[in-house]
Amino acid sequence: MKKEQLLVNNYNKKRMRLNKRSLNKKRRNLGDYFIYAVVVLGAFTMVLPFLWMVSTSLKSGAEVLAIPPTWIPHPVRWVNYVHTWNFLPFGRLFTNSLKISGLHVFGALLSSSLAAYGFARFRFPGRDFIFLLMLGTMMIPMAVTLVPVFILYRMLNWVNTHLPLIIPGFFGTPFGIFLLRQFFLTIPNEIEDAAKIDGANPFVIYWKIMLPLIKPALATLGVFTFMWSWNDFLGPIVYISSLNKTTVTAGLSFFLSMYEAQYSYLMAGSTLSIIPMLLVYFFAQRYFVAGITLTGLKS
Amino acid sequence: MHPAAQLLHHGGDPVKREKPQKHEMLWGLLFVSPYILGLIIFWIGPIVAAVGLSFTYWDFFSAPEFIGLTNYKDLIRDPIFHRSVLNTLYYTIVTIPASIVLSLLLAVALNKAIKGIVWLRTCYFLPYVTSTVSVALLWSWLYNYDFGLLNHFLGKLGLSPVAWLTNPQLALPAIRIMSIWKGLGYNIVLYMAGLQNIPQHLYECAKIDGASQLGIFKNITIPLLSPTTFFMLIIGMIGSLQVFEQAYIMTGGGPGVATYTIVYYLWEQGFRFSYMGYASAMGWILFILVFLITIFNWKFSSRFVHYQ
Repeated sequence: MKKEQLLVNNYNKKRMRLNKRSLNKKRRNLGDYFIYAVVVLGAFTMVLPFLWMVSTSLKSGAEVLAIPPTWIPHPVRWVNYVHTWNFLPFGRLFTNSLKISGLHVFGALLSSSLAAYGFARFRFPGRDFIFLLMLGTMMIPMAVTLVPVFILYRMLNWVNTHLPLIIPGFFGTPFGIFLLRQFFLTIPNEIEDAAKIDGANPFVIYWKIMLPLIKPALATLGVFTFMWSWNDFLGPIVYISSLNKTTVTAGLSFFLSMYEAQYSYLMAGSTLSIIPMLLVYFFAQRYFVAGITLTGLKS
Repeated sequence: MHPAAQLLHHGGDPVKREKPQKHEMLWGLLFVSPYILGLIIFWIGPIVAAVGLSFTYWDFFSAPEFIGLTNYKDLIRDPIFHRSVLNTLYYTIVTIPASIVLSLLLAVALNKAIKGIVWLRTCYFLPYVTSTVSVALLWSWLYNYDFGLLNHFLGKLGLSPVAWLTNPQLALPAIRIMSIWKGLGYNIVLYMAGLQNIPQHLYECAKIDGASQLGIFKNITIPLLSPTTFFMLIIGMIGSLQVFEQAYIMTGGGPGVATYTIVYYLWEQGFRFSYMGYASAMGWILFILVFLITIFNWKFSSRFVHYQ
């Protein structure tokens, strides 16, 4: 006992001494600045290709192929964007993407929260088994079920419509269910008990009480689902064959067969296609970070 | 706790000593029913159906004809399939560790950043939110032999231009570099979260005991980050098995078969050439691959992953 006491005292003394020497205050040394420089350089490497993309998009056909390459176009051909917008039916592509992604997100939030609530708060036979099964399906690539699901849609005559890209969202996504369930589990039972005493049925509890309580989680899920849906390529490529009905992301690939060498238009198209996601990111940054942080920690 | 047990952990189970009433069971099932329905329609059903499909030859114009195990036999002897599996696995083995190491270093560095963390993080995250298609188009242009930016930089350094996408040896590495670039932001944010989760007092104790920076890194940081690293490995493996856009947009699987991936080959056989049976068989082999990897991860995690 006494020996431990001595050790602890020693430790505490050392700690206080070091604290006085401001262990916690950031002492900037040359090493820190060097690391910072590396980090900034890395960030620049991340952004540089995008700057190049925009730069190329504003060049004339001749300047694109100039050697050595120029960074600032002379002249700046804003008209490239007009041409690109008209060349592919970008207006339609954007409406399609917005509609598909929007509906998909809505369905995903609804169905995932329903299932998450069920998993979190109710006990029923097979609950844990089904939950583990769900986690298992997260590992399975979409390609495994691609052919049979396509045949199913063919039989339903849903091919070349937007339905195959929207409807699955209404049946719950494993990522969403997992995330929301975590949130539901952190809400104390007392709130629901109080509501039950007041005579509310589970659906009302879910709709009026639980959902509002997990709004940040819903926002996070919404942001990720939107990103996934907007950027999805394999889906539209497989299910939609007409250019007018497809999404922005898939529409870009139609460019390939037509404008092989016209890189300025290709880059303009790319720039246009990523603008919505950039906007979403700038406005909802913290939800992205929160979402990644949470899934990483909980798993 | 074994990771799986952790996942199922039910902090929120109502404290009831009796068995759940019928009422609770019915409501629970009701809430989960859309998901279960989806599970059957979109996962269990198709996977089972894929078995039957893989035993047929079906090109959609005529009726499917039963051919037994021929598809599987053909796949085993198919050099393109071999190459796509090899490419995919090779992709996994090289890209994921590289990405993990790089993002770890950057995350540690970012944690010490002097100012502007939000802007820096945004820069690193940018490639992640953009669609792979746009990124693939952009990098196709960067990799262009005559006019691409990369060869231009090489020229400035006095090196000769490189045939990034047209040289069979370089095409897949070129795609890998692009993929690492694209996924870095996500991994960095993951690691930053993991780093912030490490209790500060551990570092203080180590410093008091006179540990070196490297020692601290090796004996505290890395082991305590192992859950995050493990998660990253799994996510990385899932992702690398699904590589498609890069092959479609940048190389069309070429040059030759240098950049064929499993999903790309599956898509090509099933949807460009309409060999539905063959593609179904491929899907099943992919499924088995994933199954094996999952089992491997299961065993691996209990041995190497340290939880607090």
